Amino acid sequence: MTVSIADWFKETANWVFILLAIPTLLGAWRTVTSNNIVRSVLYLVVSLGGAAAMFLSLGAAFVGWTVVLVYIGAVIILFLIGIMITRAPLGMKAELSHASNVRMPAALLSLSMFVLVAWGLIDAFSNTAIEPFEPTPTSDIANLIFSRFVVPFEVVSIVLLAALIGGIALARRDDGGGA
Amino acid sequence: MLNQYYGDYITVAVFVAIGAILVGGAVAANRAIAPRAPGGFKDVAYESGIEPIGGGWNQSHIRYYIFALLFLIFDVEAVFIFPWALQLEFFSSIGSGLTVLVEMFVFVGILLLGLVYAIRKGVLTWE
Repeated sequence: MTVSIADWFKETANWVFILLAIPTLLGAWRTVTSNNIVRSVLYLVVSLGGAAAMFLSLGAAFVGWTVVLVYIGAVIILFLIGIMITRAPLGMKAELSHASNVRMPAALLSLSMFVLVAWGLIDAFSNTAIEPFEPTPTSDIANLIFSRFVVPFEVVSIVLLAALIGGIALARRDDGGGA
Repeated sequence: MLNQYYGDYITVAVFVAIGAILVGGAVAANRAIAPRAPGGFKDVAYESGIEPIGGGWNQSHIRYYIFALLFLIFDVEAVFIFPWALQLEFFSSIGSGLTVLVEMFVFVGILLLGLVYAIRKGVLTWE
């Protein structure tokens, strides 16, 4: 089944996709091109917000709001504090490296990643018609987590515990005193 | 159901748009009517009326990192509690309420071990 460009633009969902993709891409672009690392992190918020909105537009409300809560709410805080711990002594004047010898490999790597993902998706799904779908209610996810996937769910807490103890072990002094 | 779903988010989108217009309008109005005389002490960071000492980029103590990490871990925990709280009544109505309750207590209990570890190692004390 081939779809012409004109047909593609007739679909409202595609317009919503473009509307969400533009700020997501601009945010991602500015994240890597900004000269101020704190601004980079704030542009990353824009990009993640676009990704969350993309999940919402696909009817995956739980995943979308998890991105907002965990990534924008907590991971970004961790990034900012990480910057204030490690980068602050250098101050604002320390320019981020945009040297041309780094640019080329980075561009090459991003391009090959894009080609790989795009090729994989087109190869797997180009002949699959997208059925009209229903949004996934959070209650369905809960029913799965607490019945069929209850063991993975408990394993998640052990993974989180390992991350917590690992982080504390890295951050605290060895002499037994406080942080 | 899908239309209802998107309808809800259109309400959210409208509120976001109104918020953006309000903030953008306020900033634009400020730009348009505020007198501008840059330079001098206006570029100095405000520090309760005293002349600031040092730069704005102070190195944070690493203990902030531990608090951020704790926040992240328990934020992820909260993400799992939301669907659980939503469906606990349903599970209770089909007779597996107690099982699901215990499942969540095991989950929270394992993570509480991390909090106990943090307290015992003294990383939560503020010096």
